[in-house]
Amino acid sequence: MTKPLTLTRRRLLAGAAGTVLATPMINRAWAQDPVTINMLAWYGHAEPDMVAEFEAENNVKFVPKYYAGGDNMLALIAQSPPGTYDLILSDAEFVQQLNAAGYIEEMDASLYPFDDFWPEYQNFPGHWVDDTLWSVMVRYGLLGVSYNTDALTREEAMSYNAFWSPKVTGKVGHFDWHLPSLGQISLLNGNRAPSPFDIDEAAWEAVMEKTLSLKPQVGGYFDYGGTFASLKNAEMLAMCGIGDWITGVLQKDGAPVASVIPEEGGIQWTESYSIGKGTDKHEIITKFIQYMLSPRGQVRSIQMAAYPGLSPTKSGWTAIQEANPAEAERSGLIEGHDQSPIKLLQEGRLFFRDIPQQQSLEDWNDFWSEYKTA
Amino acid sequence: MKDRTTAHALIWRLPLLIWQGLFFVGPLLLMVAMSFWLVKNYRMTPDFIFDNWERMLTRGYFWDAYRVTLWRATLAAVLASLIAFPASFALAFKLSETARRWALFFLVVPFFTSYLVRVYAWQVLLAESGPINAVLGWVGLGPFTMLNSGVGAMVGYLTLVLPLVVILQTFSLAAIDRNLIEAAWNLGASPRRTLLRVILPSAKVGLIVGAVFAFILAFGDFVSPFYLGGSKPPTLSILIIDTTKSGQQWPRAAVVAVMMIGTLFAVAFAAVGAAYGRRK
Repeated sequence: MTKPLTLTRRRLLAGAAGTVLATPMINRAWAQDPVTINMLAWYGHAEPDMVAEFEAENNVKFVPKYYAGGDNMLALIAQSPPGTYDLILSDAEFVQQLNAAGYIEEMDASLYPFDDFWPEYQNFPGHWVDDTLWSVMVRYGLLGVSYNTDALTREEAMSYNAFWSPKVTGKVGHFDWHLPSLGQISLLNGNRAPSPFDIDEAAWEAVMEKTLSLKPQVGGYFDYGGTFASLKNAEMLAMCGIGDWITGVLQKDGAPVASVIPEEGGIQWTESYSIGKGTDKHEIITKFIQYMLSPRGQVRSIQMAAYPGLSPTKSGWTAIQEANPAEAERSGLIEGHDQSPIKLLQEGRLFFRDIPQQQSLEDWNDFWSEYKTA
Repeated sequence: MKDRTTAHALIWRLPLLIWQGLFFVGPLLLMVAMSFWLVKNYRMTPDFIFDNWERMLTRGYFWDAYRVTLWRATLAAVLASLIAFPASFALAFKLSETARRWALFFLVVPFFTSYLVRVYAWQVLLAESGPINAVLGWVGLGPFTMLNSGVGAMVGYLTLVLPLVVILQTFSLAAIDRNLIEAAWNLGASPRRTLLRVILPSAKVGLIVGAVFAFILAFGDFVSPFYLGGSKPPTLSILIIDTTKSGQQWPRAAVVAVMMIGTLFAVAFAAVGAAYGRRK
């Protein structure tokens, strides 16, 4: 004979208590632990403003390892076991080295929206070997003349000769990396074809001589933080080797600074995603790169808190024009805008940052050290 | 009996020997060895080549940075010693025991905060639009460029070393036998002669040790020449950073570091000789 089930107050309380105690187990059963994606990138790429939405939608967790410079990135990979990094964000000029060293995997081009890319960026140099894709460009930025708008006018800043202006004597700063600064001086010397980084010995001698003539104007050599601080407190009134990725952040704080691509041309930095060799998370990594190339991902990338970037996709331009027209105008992501990167490329005034082609990287670095101590 | 004494002494010395072996001699030998290694594909490979030494020691920028570092560290040591001495003298001879203890406590307080934070504070103070130039502006002076210059770097060095030099000098002066000073007075020595012939020779060891510590700290400092000096010109510690940043050339950076340590050894030994050497 079974006892009839009657709901007494004691049973109700016991049942409720049991339910409460079991809730964490139920939750655990419902939601699996998030999949971890190990990302090697410049600072900012795995911060909440960039990945929180994707993490929440896909139950993943990004674990970033941030580096400072392409050499540093290559060293970190070289010193880690294969498969340590699932996703690698690198400067475009280092993709070939990543590939040559066997650190990245071949990518399936059909999975990415290349039709949506501006034609100028569909076959980015070094990302393709024959018809094989090794890296996908996600953002880029321009390096030109960055200046204090109280000290120089936009017209004055439209030439690299602004760095030699008496108005900024002792107040010209350098971002302490030889490639962008020497590339800009190379452009000023007229080295456009094929690139400011592909110059013969005579042109290299001229670049060194011209750079040394800038020395009396120079107020200091700065890292990322120092560049921000010196422009913000007006210790430096013009900065060589940077662009909107610094001044864009400062403008948001109300600092009177701006960047322009001068008549002699500008240099483009480019960031691309590659799949780390040995990863077993291809599906979710591909999904993340697709997300970053989607309009909402590009809007996030353009406005990244750490440093702003530009969009290589047409839909990215449309999306930022709708989401934040002021930012689209400020960064030139409007067709026909005088600082539009596509217009600059078509006019032959924009060059992809590269490593020296006819000299060794050591030669350029040695000269940079000599210049600093001159 | 003698064997037991020797063993007993050895046991007491052992912790220091182990410590020095693990954290000084070992890393030093590794660094010397590393200076002969090779970098292949951004990875260091043990080898025995002289290329790193040849490359660094034949570069003009290395010797320029060496001269700048040596000069600035010497200047910092001299300035810190001169600025510290009046304060140390007052602490040692003019203040009561209690007041001296409090003063020494306040000299230790700056070490409670990060040196980097203090240097960032100086960035604000020394800026052309900063408070120091603002005050100078009220009396019709300036503005002066202090940040991103040798002046800025020196302010940073002194921020780092001055409290330590004052402390070392104070201990040294306070330990002088007062009977010697009184004897000099009783024998008719003037204050200047007492200072030069009694006080300074008696406190010589502490004064030299203070100056040497100032030199060592300034010689190896990266923060002040970088953040207050604007890397203009670079010092050896900045050169180490530059060398490792480009091409991950840790072996070449090790060459710079070995040269720095060699210099510090030479200076320290010379100073010890000067401090403890007998006058003929």
